[in-house]
Amino acid sequence: MSLESVVAQSHVIVCCGSGGVGKTTTAAVIALHAALQGRKTVVVTIDPARRLADALGLDGLTNEPAQIPGLPEGSGEMWAMMLDTKATFDGLVRRYAADSNQTEQILENSFYRNISTSLSGTQEYMASEKLYELAIESDYDLVVVDTPPTRNALDFLEAPRRLAKFLDHRIYKVLMLPTRGIVKAVNVAAQTLLRSISKVVGTEVIADAIAFFGAFEGMEQGFKERAAEVDSLLSQPDTAFILIASPHADTMAEAQFFAARLRELKITVRALIINRMQPSFGDNHSPEDLAERYAGTPLGEQYQCLAEAQHLARGEQKHLLGLAQELAPAPVVQVPVQAFEVSNMATLQMLGQAMFDTDVTSEP
Amino acid sequence: MDPKQFLTTSGVIIVAGKGGVGKTAVSAALAMASSSVGLRTLIVEVEGKSGLASLFNSAQFSYSEIQLVEPSLGVGEVRARTVLPEDALLDYLKDHGLKRISGRLVSTGALDVVATAVPGISDILVLGKIKQLERSREFDLIIVDAPAAGHAITFLRSASGLEDAVKVGPINSQAKDVLALLNDPTRCRVLLVTSPEETPVNELIETAYSLEDEVGVSLGPVVVNGVLPELPGLQANPLEAAAQAGVELQPSEAQNLADAALFRLQRTALQRAQLDRMAQELPLPQLLLPYVFTSELGPDGLAQLSNGLLAKIRDLPDPSRS
Repeated sequence: MSLESVVAQSHVIVCCGSGGVGKTTTAAVIALHAALQGRKTVVVTIDPARRLADALGLDGLTNEPAQIPGLPEGSGEMWAMMLDTKATFDGLVRRYAADSNQTEQILENSFYRNISTSLSGTQEYMASEKLYELAIESDYDLVVVDTPPTRNALDFLEAPRRLAKFLDHRIYKVLMLPTRGIVKAVNVAAQTLLRSISKVVGTEVIADAIAFFGAFEGMEQGFKERAAEVDSLLSQPDTAFILIASPHADTMAEAQFFAARLRELKITVRALIINRMQPSFGDNHSPEDLAERYAGTPLGEQYQCLAEAQHLARGEQKHLLGLAQELAPAPVVQVPVQAFEVSNMATLQMLGQAMFDTDVTSEP
Repeated sequence: MDPKQFLTTSGVIIVAGKGGVGKTAVSAALAMASSSVGLRTLIVEVEGKSGLASLFNSAQFSYSEIQLVEPSLGVGEVRARTVLPEDALLDYLKDHGLKRISGRLVSTGALDVVATAVPGISDILVLGKIKQLERSREFDLIIVDAPAAGHAITFLRSASGLEDAVKVGPINSQAKDVLALLNDPTRCRVLLVTSPEETPVNELIETAYSLEDEVGVSLGPVVVNGVLPELPGLQANPLEAAAQAGVELQPSEAQNLADAALFRLQRTALQRAQLDRMAQELPLPQLLLPYVFTSELGPDGLAQLSNGLLAKIRDLPDPSRS
């Protein structure tokens, strides 16, 4: 199995990994690669660096996919978008609200507005929602999604269920009980709890929260079902999770932890991409000694440079080993650190070549 | 500038930067530097599960302080703890008469509702706790390993946001206290960390301006982590360099040397361009930390970083003589 064939066989690719490992760029490279091979692809980016949006030739990415210009003749299509958490959430509210009155009530509630900016997990939830829309309700051959930078990479998988649970909140239910004539004893405590919280953080904010849960009533079911559908999409055989890491001990340890948790959830990591690997420039001598012997001369510095590169490369390989074994038989793609920065379509393609060319030779 | 003077310019240093640039390593190096000049130092981690603990070969930090470096002659004690948003919020509610039901706050999910109802409340409580630690004067320096990138701005902006949103009551006074801390350069500074590469540099410049404009917090020098040392000898052709040293090289060996040198030269050129650009776009001094050639920063690498940091601090101009 190679990265090439994983990409070719997938309808959905989820790029996971910790922050700063090049997830967004990798997602774009994969979408571009598949588009160059004739497929219609879309990449959902979370918070792309300005440089990447520029590289894609788009002034600003929005919540709706835009087609990337300038692909060579004979290619498919590549589209790109940037996740707008609030706009996506608003769309969901519109979809599940019973009428425009309910929609209005929710969209204007200040607690609702806070959810899309402040509740942790909302961004992950909306990323998977967007993924679902693009994969099921549009005609893309391949949807590549970047995941939000987070310490806990599993948030992406757990967020839909967690959010659905949040929206189905007990506080609200408990609060509404008395009016429905069910035993009051339970609720005295809940009321006290809310009253005490109100005293500390202010009555108004809690009132907004209660108004939100009130307005939301009846929609929980829709959200729950949707979360279950997203879950099932993520476990389809043509949905591939690709793990992205950088060659440092700590990010590899995080990747390994993530892979183990995915396995518990019965999700297989289909490929591992290690970005920014140090090339080793041969390994058939001991440049450290020679650097020392010729210290102070240009030759000494040249050996020092080689020694540093090889030392680093050896360390990286050592750290990679455990992770690669953990993920076997998934292909391990070692992308060497490039001597250029991705700044336009041409450099993005060059990075793609580096990624898919090393692919063949680097299986464990 | 004398490192001790530099490190005590403010009682709190918040270290912030994009994921992957080595913010955590810089926090740790800063703590070691501070300890080595005899300062009693506290490291505060505000997100769970960072690599900080493993840099010190320590178990994960928790809400109760642990000792990382024992005090000895000329060496300051280093301690570490976490102040996580949930702990801070729970602490706060307990302090305000909700102690009895704190368990239920978590189990009912009421804590999530509160955190969503008052955005920024957790952040402000984390900063409030840091302010309390600063006020206790128990430490000469408190180093805060801030949340990554974008969240750092939200984190630091929480005080001004909440001061506006909640006009009265304990949250408002908390916000005022935190703002007073953030806006006083003798109490708090932010050190921004980047690697010498395009995207992190762009992000750093944007963060620097929004922190100054929107938070009014004072910025220390920019810490550039992972700067490859320039080796002028790499310009030479390996065969000629060898001839000069009186040896003959195998062609394959010469090729490896040439490839490694070219690669390094290309990377140092990119790095130089980014450092120059940053200097032009952001008028802050730069502390350049040498690249540590290892994929796993252990105690040795940390010492190397910390010594590098001290050397660069000494190179800063002495403010008393300007």
